Amino acid sequence: MSVDADTVRRVAKLARIAVTEAEVKDLAGELNDILTWVEQLGEVDVEGVEPMTSVTPMRLKRRQDVVTGGGDASRPLANAPETQEGFFVVPKIVE
Amino acid sequence: MSAAPAVLDYEEPTAKTIAGVTGDWEMVIGMEVHAQVLSKSKLFSSASTQFGSAPNANVSLVDAAMPGMLPVINEFCIEQAVRTGLGIKAGINLRSVFDRKNYFYPDLPQGYQISQFKHPIVGEGEVLVDIGPGVARKVRIERIHLEQDAGKSIHDMDPEKSFVDLNRTGVALMEIVSRPDIRGPDEAAEFLRKLRTILRYLGTCDGNMQEGSMRADVNVSVCRPGDYERYRENDDFSHLGTRCEIKNMNSMRFIQQAIEFEARRQIAILEDGGEIDQETRLFDAKKVETRTMRSKEEAHDYRYFPDPDLLPLEIDQAWVDDIAAGLPELPDAKKARLVSEFGVTEYDAAVLISEPEHAAFFEAVAEGRDGKLAANWVINELFGRLNKEEKPIADSPIDATQLGGVVDLIGQGDISGKIAKDLFEILWSEGGDPAEIVEKRGMRQVTDLGAIEKAVDEVIAANPGQVEKAKAKPQLAGWFVGQVMKVTGGKANPQAVQQMVRDKLGVE
Repeated sequence: MSVDADTVRRVAKLARIAVTEAEVKDLAGELNDILTWVEQLGEVDVEGVEPMTSVTPMRLKRRQDVVTGGGDASRPLANAPETQEGFFVVPKIVE
Repeated sequence: MSAAPAVLDYEEPTAKTIAGVTGDWEMVIGMEVHAQVLSKSKLFSSASTQFGSAPNANVSLVDAAMPGMLPVINEFCIEQAVRTGLGIKAGINLRSVFDRKNYFYPDLPQGYQISQFKHPIVGEGEVLVDIGPGVARKVRIERIHLEQDAGKSIHDMDPEKSFVDLNRTGVALMEIVSRPDIRGPDEAAEFLRKLRTILRYLGTCDGNMQEGSMRADVNVSVCRPGDYERYRENDDFSHLGTRCEIKNMNSMRFIQQAIEFEARRQIAILEDGGEIDQETRLFDAKKVETRTMRSKEEAHDYRYFPDPDLLPLEIDQAWVDDIAAGLPELPDAKKARLVSEFGVTEYDAAVLISEPEHAAFFEAVAEGRDGKLAANWVINELFGRLNKEEKPIADSPIDATQLGGVVDLIGQGDISGKIAKDLFEILWSEGGDPAEIVEKRGMRQVTDLGAIEKAVDEVIAANPGQVEKAKAKPQLAGWFVGQVMKVTGGKANPQAVQQMVRDKLGVE
């Protein structure tokens, strides 16, 4: 797999990370190095081996359907830069 | 009595066609229905799902995606997804996986929606869509997966700002994905209606479209007659046209209008030699048209990957079997049973099963009585009146025992159908025991032939002119029947009066 400059720009845009044109070339190289390194895993024959999702045998933890959280709008709103009448207020976003 | 079949016999309807300049066209429609799980708390957090709460009142720190918060799945929501899957005869996947669907939007604090992409909890099933008596469309269901709902953005409170309410963020949704087996706008509405009925029977979703508990994305394409059948031969989509997706519809009427408009729009482009761009469109209810929301080039790149915060969801077959054993009688089976057990018409049965409460009310009225008569009184009189006064059946002033009493009185010949309507009025506005009311207010039908004969003789004696006319023109006998009913206060048995009038006048 080879990451070109356009892919770097696209990935950065999707991740909402500001990347300057000067950084694009270096980042492409670094990403390619990482991917090449990871691609070595492809040399291992995993035919018939189930993907491992946990180091120890664990079952997905479940909870009962009981309301114990929320109930206080001031908590999630506490760090918001701007609020009004209990809402988060953000710059206009009409798609 | 023979055992009720699991489903009544039916034939598939023909696809709706639209006549174009260059020949006929057909529609091919698939739907993705988002149904909110009827749970108290959210899919991965313990905040309430209560509709209509104050803004952000139902937001836990998990929903707000505060750093370090981890999702823990609500077992009840898993059970509801399994119930729903079993209710549409679908395969249940004992192992499913939650993935992150990545996109940025202010009402999605995590920056991703937890959903199921490659390994949904429910596999292939089907919904039998009732079109009319003896006519139904089997729509294949591709899958159902569990996912989180997003929050709500309000854009009209400030010219420069948007307001965000995260109460809905993280609420459990079942996304029910159909195959493109729906062949017209009416079928699309009926599909949604049937799915809603099934969900309400199962109790897994309240189906409230106004509150957004049920919403649909509708995929529409057009093709030439015969193309769809070729597609069905081996699921080869190349026989079908390019589809457009109309997002977020929550009204049956708008869905029908949007499909109709969209199909005609596509046909016009194709007949002009153009091509359909695969895109996402929005329906404008005021202008009754669809318009581009985003094109394929702008389509989101969601970069799904398994959520590292959540292990695969593994459930036991024994648990699934327990859930299956606890399923209620579902609409198709109930309809078949009402027809075979109570002798009602398929049309009436379809009306009666539309809501589980309606069917239960009917069964209570019909038990041990004439099913057809009971259906007539439940549907035409009671449902008609409830509809007119916009009352749900739970608020009906007449209960099943009272209406059963009315049916008994008619059945025993104690009151005529006409008097029964008066009795219904009294029960509706004053309540009481039907038999007692009939007794106390002297509403009992006169079946005493002697009394009827006396009334008939009096009317005939008082109207010699009419008698002459009626002898020449037998249809006029009806006038005498009306007069006799009048003098007896409507209590005479109409059949007996009719017979006697005809006998006395000597007409057939």
